[in-house]
Amino acid sequence: MKAIYGLYETPEAAQRAFSGLRASGVAASDITVMSPEPLEEWEFASQDSKTAMSWIAVLGAAGGLATAYLLTAITQKIWPINTGGMPIVSNWTNIIIMFELTMLGAVFATVLTLLIAARLPSKLSRLYDPAISNGKILIGVERPQDSELDRIERALKAADAEKLGRIV
Amino acid sequence: MADRLASDLLRPVFQTTRKFYALIALLSGLVLCGVAAWGYQLYYGFGVTGYNWPVYWALHETNFVFWIGISHAGTLISAILRLVNATWRRPVTRCAEVITAFALMIGAMFPLIHLGRPWLAFYLIPYPSERGIWPNYRSPLVWDFFAINTYLLSSLLFLALPMIPDFALIRDRATGLRRKLYASLSLGWQGTPKQWHRLESAMHIMALAILPIAVSVHTIVSFDFSMAVVPMWHSTIFGPYFVAGAIFSGIAALIVVMAVLRKALHLENYLLPLHFQNLGKLLLLMSLLWGYFVFNERLTAWYGNSPHEMNVFWSTQAGEYSPLFWTMVLFNFVIPFPLLAIRRLRSIPTAVVASSCVVVGMWLERFLIIVPSLARKSTPYSWGSYSAEWPEIVIMVGSFAAMALLYALVSKLVPIISIWELKVGEHPRMKAAATVPETETAGELL
Repeated sequence: MKAIYGLYETPEAAQRAFSGLRASGVAASDITVMSPEPLEEWEFASQDSKTAMSWIAVLGAAGGLATAYLLTAITQKIWPINTGGMPIVSNWTNIIIMFELTMLGAVFATVLTLLIAARLPSKLSRLYDPAISNGKILIGVERPQDSELDRIERALKAADAEKLGRIV
Repeated sequence: MADRLASDLLRPVFQTTRKFYALIALLSGLVLCGVAAWGYQLYYGFGVTGYNWPVYWALHETNFVFWIGISHAGTLISAILRLVNATWRRPVTRCAEVITAFALMIGAMFPLIHLGRPWLAFYLIPYPSERGIWPNYRSPLVWDFFAINTYLLSSLLFLALPMIPDFALIRDRATGLRRKLYASLSLGWQGTPKQWHRLESAMHIMALAILPIAVSVHTIVSFDFSMAVVPMWHSTIFGPYFVAGAIFSGIAALIVVMAVLRKALHLENYLLPLHFQNLGKLLLLMSLLWGYFVFNERLTAWYGNSPHEMNVFWSTQAGEYSPLFWTMVLFNFVIPFPLLAIRRLRSIPTAVVASSCVVVGMWLERFLIIVPSLARKSTPYSWGSYSAEWPEIVIMVGSFAAMALLYALVSKLVPIISIWELKVGEHPRMKAAATVPETETAGELL
C-alpha cells in the first residue's frame, strides 16, 4: 500500500493539514485521520458522523421482543403447566421475559453494528503510527496518484507536521 | 498533559509491587476458604448451616440481594451521568462499571450456592432438551435468571467497549507477550473518526437501554419476595423500594471503592474531592428516599394492623430483631444524614464513613427483609429462628474477598480510569463546561 502522512501535535495543526489537502484537490473521503481521542468539534474528525445505529437498535429490540413472545408462548403450549390458576400462556408474567429480551436485542444489535461499522476486529493499517497513542494526530492519504505526491507532501508540511512519513 | 495522564494511569498496569502480590495471596486464600466452605456444605448438606424450618432463606439470600443491589453502583450511575452529560463523571465511570460486573457475578452465585444440587442449575436455561420440558416462565426465579443475565451481559459490554481505545494505548506502549495480549484485546483499534463516532453512538444507545434494565433487575429481585403471600413481603411498594435501596447501597460502595483506589493507586489528581462531594449529595438524596420508603412500608403495615404482619412488625421494632433494625436505621439514616448534609462536615473521610455505614446498614436491611418474615410466618405454630453457622459466614467472607480480588486484578490489567475519556475532558470545550459553578453542577446532577 502506498501512502503519505503527517503527525500533528495539536488539533489546530491537524485541521490546517486537512484544509490544505482539501485545497490541493484531495477529496475529504480520501483523507485518513487517526486521533487518540474523539475530536468531533473539528471538521477533520467529523467525517462519517451519520449513523443508523439507533434504528438498528430498535430493530434488534423488535427481534428480541418477537423471540421472547414466541419462546414463552410456544413452549408454554408444548408443556402446559397449571400454576395457581393462571392461563397456560400467561402474558402478564411473560411480559417480564419479553422486556428483558427486548432490551438484550437492542444491546446486541448496537454492539454488532459498532463492530461491523468500525471494522473491529481488524489488522492494524500500515499507516498507523504508535505515536498516535502519545497524543499525536495523523492526517494522511492512502493510495495517492504519483503525480499528487509532492503536492500532498507540501500541504502536510505547510501545517507544521512533527513528522512526515511515506509508505511505499 | 496526555503523557502525564497515560503515565499516571498506566503505572499500575506496568508496575507491580510486592504489596500487590501479598494482597492477591491473602484475598485468594479467603476466596479458597469460601469455596471450601461451600464444598463442605455441598458434601454434608444444608444440615451444617443455620438453615432450618421455617427459615429456609437466610444468609445466602441476604447476600444475593445485597450484591445485586451493590451492582447498581456502576452501570446505572454511569449511564445516568453519561446521559445527563455530567462532565465530572469521567474519572468515576469505569470504577463504577467494574463494581457492577463483579457484584453481579458474585450475587448470581448465591442462588447456586443455595441449591442442594447446583449442577442442575442449567434447568433454568430454555433449550430443547430430551426431557421435553421448558422453564416455567411464571416463576420469579426464572425472571431472575433472565433479568440478571441481561443486566450482566449488557454491563459487561458497556464496560468493555470504552476499554478498547485504552487497550490500544497499552498495546502501543507494551512489549513482548503483553503487547500481543493487548493487540488482541484492542481489536485493531486505530482511532479513526468513524470508530470514535460509532463508539460514542453505541455508548449513548447502551446507556439508554441499560437504565430500564437496571431498574427491572432489582424490581424483579423484589418480586422473589413480593409475589409470595408472606407477611411483610406481599407489598406493592417492594419494587421501587428495592430499586431505591440498590442505588443507595451502590453509591455507598462506589464511594468506598473510590477512596481505596485513590489511596492505593495514588489517584489523588484524578479522583478529586469534587467527585466525593457530588456522589455524597446523591447518597444523601438516596438516604432520604430510603427513609421515605421505610416509613411508607412500616406505616402501611402498622395501620393495617393485620395480626400476621404485626407479628413480624413487632419482632423487628421491639422484639428479637430490633437491635438489628435500629442499627440499620442508625447506619442508613442517622449517621449519614448529618455527615452528608452539613456543608462543614463534608470531606472525603466523612463521605467514606457515611458510605461504610450505609453498606453495613443496607446489608442488615436485606437480612431484616428476609429472615423475620419467615421466622414469624402466619401462625405461632410455624414460628422459628435463625442463627448463622460458620459455613454461611465463611462463604460470605469469601464473597467479599472475591470482590476485592477481582477488582485488584482488573485494576492491574486495565487503567481503572478511562484515559481517553479523561483526555476528552481536557478539551477546551469540555474544560469550559467543567468550570460551571459548583451549585450548577450539582443542579445538573440532581
